Amino acid sequence: MDNTKKTELDNVVVRFSGDSGDGMQLTGTLFSNLSAILGNEISTFPDFPSEIRAPQGTLGGVSGFQVHLGSSKIYTPGDDPDVLVVMNPAALKVNAKAIKKGGIIIFDSDTFSKSGFEKAGFTTENPFEELNISETIQLIPAALSTLTQSSLEGFGFDNKTILRSKNMFALGLICWLFNRPIDQAIHFLTNKFGKKPTILQANVKVLTDGFNYGNNLHLSISTYMVEKSHDTPKGKYTSISGNKATSWGLIAAAQKAGLELFLGSYPITPATDIMHELANRKDMGVKVVQAEDEIAGITSAIGASFAGDLAATSTSGPGLALKSEAIGLAVMAELPLVIIDVMRGGPSTGMPTKTEQTDLLQALYGRNGESPAVVMAAGSPDDCFHYAFMACKIALEHMTPVILLTDAFIGNGTALWKLPTLAELPEIKPNYVKPGMEGCKVTARNEETKVRYWSVPGMKGFAHRNGGLEKDYETGCIATDPINHEKMVNTRQVKVDYISNYLPDLKVEGNADADMLVIGWGGTHGHLMSAVNAMNNSGKKIALAHFNYINPLPKNAVEVIQRYKKVVVCELNSGQFATFLRSQVPGVEFLQYNKVQGQPFTVDELENDFSELL
Amino acid sequence: METTESTKTLYTAKDFKSDQYVRWCPGCGDYAVLNSLQKVMADMGVAPDDIAVISGIGCSSRLPYYSSSYGFHTIHGRAAAVATGVKVANPKLTVWQITGDGDCLAIGGNHFIHSVRRNVDLNVLLFNNQIYGLTKGQYSPTTKKGFVTKSSPFGTIERPFRPAELTFGARGTFFARLLDVDLKTAQLCMTAAAKHKGTSVVECLVNCVIFNDGAHSWISEKETRADRIIVLEDGQPMIFGKDRNKGLVLDGFNLKAVTIGENGITESNLLVHDATCQDSTIHMKLAMMEGPELPIAMGVIRDVEEETYDEAVVTQIAEVQAKSKVKTFDDLIATCEQWEM
Repeated sequence: MDNTKKTELDNVVVRFSGDSGDGMQLTGTLFSNLSAILGNEISTFPDFPSEIRAPQGTLGGVSGFQVHLGSSKIYTPGDDPDVLVVMNPAALKVNAKAIKKGGIIIFDSDTFSKSGFEKAGFTTENPFEELNISETIQLIPAALSTLTQSSLEGFGFDNKTILRSKNMFALGLICWLFNRPIDQAIHFLTNKFGKKPTILQANVKVLTDGFNYGNNLHLSISTYMVEKSHDTPKGKYTSISGNKATSWGLIAAAQKAGLELFLGSYPITPATDIMHELANRKDMGVKVVQAEDEIAGITSAIGASFAGDLAATSTSGPGLALKSEAIGLAVMAELPLVIIDVMRGGPSTGMPTKTEQTDLLQALYGRNGESPAVVMAAGSPDDCFHYAFMACKIALEHMTPVILLTDAFIGNGTALWKLPTLAELPEIKPNYVKPGMEGCKVTARNEETKVRYWSVPGMKGFAHRNGGLEKDYETGCIATDPINHEKMVNTRQVKVDYISNYLPDLKVEGNADADMLVIGWGGTHGHLMSAVNAMNNSGKKIALAHFNYINPLPKNAVEVIQRYKKVVVCELNSGQFATFLRSQVPGVEFLQYNKVQGQPFTVDELENDFSELL
Repeated sequence: METTESTKTLYTAKDFKSDQYVRWCPGCGDYAVLNSLQKVMADMGVAPDDIAVISGIGCSSRLPYYSSSYGFHTIHGRAAAVATGVKVANPKLTVWQITGDGDCLAIGGNHFIHSVRRNVDLNVLLFNNQIYGLTKGQYSPTTKKGFVTKSSPFGTIERPFRPAELTFGARGTFFARLLDVDLKTAQLCMTAAAKHKGTSVVECLVNCVIFNDGAHSWISEKETRADRIIVLEDGQPMIFGKDRNKGLVLDGFNLKAVTIGENGITESNLLVHDATCQDSTIHMKLAMMEGPELPIAMGVIRDVEEETYDEAVVTQIAEVQAKSKVKTFDDLIATCEQWEM
């Protein structure tokens, strides 16, 4: 070993950035997974352009992947990187503002040429000076292209194939910088390329050479150590993305309920990975219809629900808009249905690959008529499993459409996930008709919960007619009687409101005796929790109430909020949840902290805002 | 759905009638189609509990309320997509999709062509009265060009769709055409549709007495009907006419009506209908025939076998499951790259 210094860190943020074809997502995933196996907490976030392959070396084509490693609980992929790996000058330019003072930049010096500078819009040949960061950062140049070429000499690959492996050289270098043995990376590569031995051999060779290159640099730069985390609850873990966790939540719920799972969906960024995952789970009997449009996605799911499957549809904001009328049908027909909206920047096509929380009011109110549906939101990538499962449970047990809001940030991001077993998950008991109820009307319901009894085609003695027209409360026949209509409107509302009896209480995290309550919902939990913890650690008194259930609200929500003198609602929109809370919680002045930039909060900006408010 | 001979005799049309009062306008052609459907359902012998009738919005889409089976009156244009979900969720069900020319070909055009393309095993009754009835008389995608309606006071300037052409364009495996007043052909078409595996499109020419009375009068008048339509039967020569002395031959690339006994034409010169021919060229020609030169084709025009979508879903899942070790959620969890913390 060399004599390079080692610095111990509690947590560190690494960002990989390059052309969207440079393999940055894979490099980042491998690095985060091998760190997790070595005992670190991890959280990741990919940030990619909507262009599949923008012109090489240009600013538009830069794709990034950020990893946050910690030796204690971490909640977010981190704000600004401590270490930045850039594969070309464009990636440097895009990320230059973000790099922390004193941070390290590893760059492919082969691409830092005149043509590279031109493509990235640099006017001089010293981009670091031009960006005014040369004083504040440490540089590790590595001629990644040349080094990879010599590493793979004799393999007989063409140059294009060779250069595709340069991300492995970067990974080797990063493993060295973080004192990570590369065995685990080799294990991952074996899993990935096991069937292509030459490709595997080449990747392992480049990875190893990258690691050794670092070892032999004898730089004055210190390498990093991030120790094992000891506050993570013991157990078996994996790293999972929000979209995959959502998919698996649906699968678990179907099995728990003893139902077949049906997904009707249409490709839309950033939700499509849910359809990909479920289409790949035919082993679990999942039926996926890639529909001709968003409307057919949801209406085929409604048909499947009518016929007795656990039915879901996945989409993003524009798709949710197209599904509005059909959600109303599910409300009116009182059928179980799970609608997953992985929110992205809007309105219209907006910013498809970027994150936002701007669909909340659409989910709550975006339908004709009095049309209450359950609205809930997952808080982190791993959380998506639990809330997808609970969305199914509520839909099936309360005969209602449930809209589950996630977002591009938690959908694409990954986190550690403690592996569940089916046995430990709560029971799901759909509200079926019971023997002896043959001939009951389509509107027959539990008079306490107002939940309609479910019978499905094929059941003997329960044939009925359902539909989008108003029905008579007693007979289930179509009806336009004014008093009956109001009674049915109220019944559907009471049914949804009643669900609050089954919801967990709203928790207060941080300092319960705080001077200020921070309110958040959905995918911002990590940033808000980190900011609140940091403030409390520095002697301030601040609390967090984070919502996963929005309609209905947890029963204690009003009382909790009214306890605090100062309340600030933080969300990635212009104030939609604040607007909703103003209609639900009397006598409270809701302050707001909003960001609508297509990016998650940073912990830093939240701390600054909270300090000003206190 | 499989039925045994013994169950086939169990039902009468009455068993398929619901307790609801049928609320179409007096004289509406939809009544005849409903009655034929209930007769065919009884003949098919599938229990009402194993049938789902799915509709969109429009006059005809009220039909599920009048059927004693399971029924779902959904939203405008989406019946095909809802029905697809029903059939994929439970392939054992017999699924009838009830739709009209507006519901199916305007707002629901996309779902229509895609369900036909996928060949989902649905029996589609497409009620074509060439008008919007429930919204009180606007032109539809099948209204004849130039026709005056409330939304085309100077005559429509749009070219109409012809449902058969759309069906064949979407690679449909079954197309039949019936006329409300011809009960015998109606039942023949619906029976064939019910037996066909795949999307069976049955164009039901129905009269709207209020907004488009007489739209099909060219062929609905009893005295002249036999000379103006041809009821196609698989394997039979294409003969028509009151005196059964007219027929169809191929003249170059076109169909031509001829009279048996004139110009040396005998029955053996006539085309023989082959509904099962994969190539839809002749089916298209037949379906597009127009008077007065040619008779309007009725009956089963196309009926070919192809794998259905719902069967393929089941087959593919079974194939994957046979090879996979993952059977339960816990097995799935075990496939994760995992580590102890």
